[in-house]
Amino acid sequence: MRAGYRGSEVLRGIDVAVRSGEVVAIVGPNGAGKSTLLRVLAGLLPPHAGSVTLDGREIASLDRAQLARRIAVVPQVFDTLFPFTVREIVALGRTPWLGPFGTLGRDDTRAVTRALDDVDASALADRRIDRVSGGERQRAVLAMALAQEADVLLLDEPTVHLDPAHQRALLDVIVRLARDRGLVVLAVLHDLNLASAMATRFLVLRDGAIAFDGAPGEALTRPLLRDVFGPGLDVVTHQGRAFVVPDGEDARAR
Amino acid sequence: MFAVLATLLVVSAVAGVFIGAVAIAPGDVLAALMGQDSTAGTIIRELRLPRVLGAALVGGALAGAGALLQGLLRNPLADPFVTGTSAGASLGAVIAVAAGATATVVPLAAFAGALVAIVLVWRLARLGGRTTVLTVLLAGVVLTSFTGAAVTFILVSSDRLALRLRAVLGWLQGGVSVISWGELAVASLVVLLGIVGAIFVAPRVDAYAFGEETAATLGIDPERTTAVILATTALLSGAAVAIAGLVGFVGLVVPHAVRFLIGARHRRLVIASIPAGATVLVLADLAARSIIPPAELPVGVITGLVGAPFFLILLVRSRRMIV
Repeated sequence: MRAGYRGSEVLRGIDVAVRSGEVVAIVGPNGAGKSTLLRVLAGLLPPHAGSVTLDGREIASLDRAQLARRIAVVPQVFDTLFPFTVREIVALGRTPWLGPFGTLGRDDTRAVTRALDDVDASALADRRIDRVSGGERQRAVLAMALAQEADVLLLDEPTVHLDPAHQRALLDVIVRLARDRGLVVLAVLHDLNLASAMATRFLVLRDGAIAFDGAPGEALTRPLLRDVFGPGLDVVTHQGRAFVVPDGEDARAR
Repeated sequence: MFAVLATLLVVSAVAGVFIGAVAIAPGDVLAALMGQDSTAGTIIRELRLPRVLGAALVGGALAGAGALLQGLLRNPLADPFVTGTSAGASLGAVIAVAAGATATVVPLAAFAGALVAIVLVWRLARLGGRTTVLTVLLAGVVLTSFTGAAVTFILVSSDRLALRLRAVLGWLQGGVSVISWGELAVASLVVLLGIVGAIFVAPRVDAYAFGEETAATLGIDPERTTAVILATTALLSGAAVAIAGLVGFVGLVVPHAVRFLIGARHRRLVIASIPAGATVLVLADLAARSIIPPAELPVGVITGLVGAPFFLILLVRSRRMIV
């Protein structure tokens, strides 16, 4: 699959298949095409060549509502001046299931309650979204995507505004749901250590192509990281797991 | 909540009919409404009643349009007036009047003008990929200045309008003073159509809370839904302008206040904003008729004097969202 924007091709030859239950971390340097890949997978950007298929069916042949029942996207940019409650935000996830009159039925209410439970946000349900903390807000948005009851979950840096403990907690929820419900999860992540702790598979992008596709442990090697990200990174091993750290050279000494 | 709003609307409308520049005893007002032939009867049936109904229609239409626009643009500072939609409608209406169109065609011309304006603002506001409060307001300023200049040009150059300059200016300033039952009937139909459209599309407007792209991933067809929202807004603003010219800030302030009371979901917001807007404008018109009797101010003067400071307060409070 090849894709990009007017006049420039960002993704040049991506060929990948993902099975349910897999948690795929999409990593790579800035500008490698990670977010573009996610937008193509979400059906927001039609590819220049090739296609995206879901259970053998091209997503281009599905309408917006059909697509939203299969693929949920956790948005990254997130701000609203309107006083929606957390429950109302989560209920937005039911949009693709609504009938022509747009009213919530019993199934919708049940899905919303379950999604709130999944992210442990039931206690927040009636709080205003602009009055909860960043971590709580991120959980609400995840619950919104879960309420879509889709088989595929796409996340673009879901933890970007969270402190390390909250990052870990959010990713734990995602991994548990992927395992228990057989979801396909693809997440763009910048924190390689966090990514290796949650993902079952690493997709490393460089210049719009796949530089590595495999187990997280095999991705975190010094040669590959240098090759993809350039100099400045090192890999250390702690209790049998590989960790990425800034290399030993003291930046202040340069 | 809705019962309270409906009651308020009825009470204010009754007040609007019973109170006016010419003092008429309540008994005579009732007699006039029953069809009694007298000077009072003429005043009530041909002046006050259509004026009150006109004000209610305009207020309801503007508030409904404002609620939709704010949702679409993710911007609590949007309404038909500040986005230049009303200005576009006024240009359409003035062109129609200058061309000698009948009173029934004027609302349609206003609708066309509103549609062109709102689509233009929508396009301009999206130039950077995402709409911001500031670009919407700037696009509105540009559009309002342009249409204002064009309207003045037509007013001055048209022989037909030159004779009625005072009346036309009064209407442009937001005056519901001159309105016939025929005009009212046409405008009501347009507003009714707009209200049905607004209530129908409102739940989908919720999905725009985090932007158009998220709306798409939630299963909204952004192009189609946006088109419905823009057309509905244009219907409501066009009808409002055809009746009362440029009435500012009702469409902005009313949905804002209502949202504060009942929450952000757009179907509730639209359904509550319409009677609330109608009530506000009926009362504003009552004030416009009573403040300096026997002279009558255009209702747009009242909404401007009250609404503009309110707008500034909102602007300051939402500064973090401006750019």
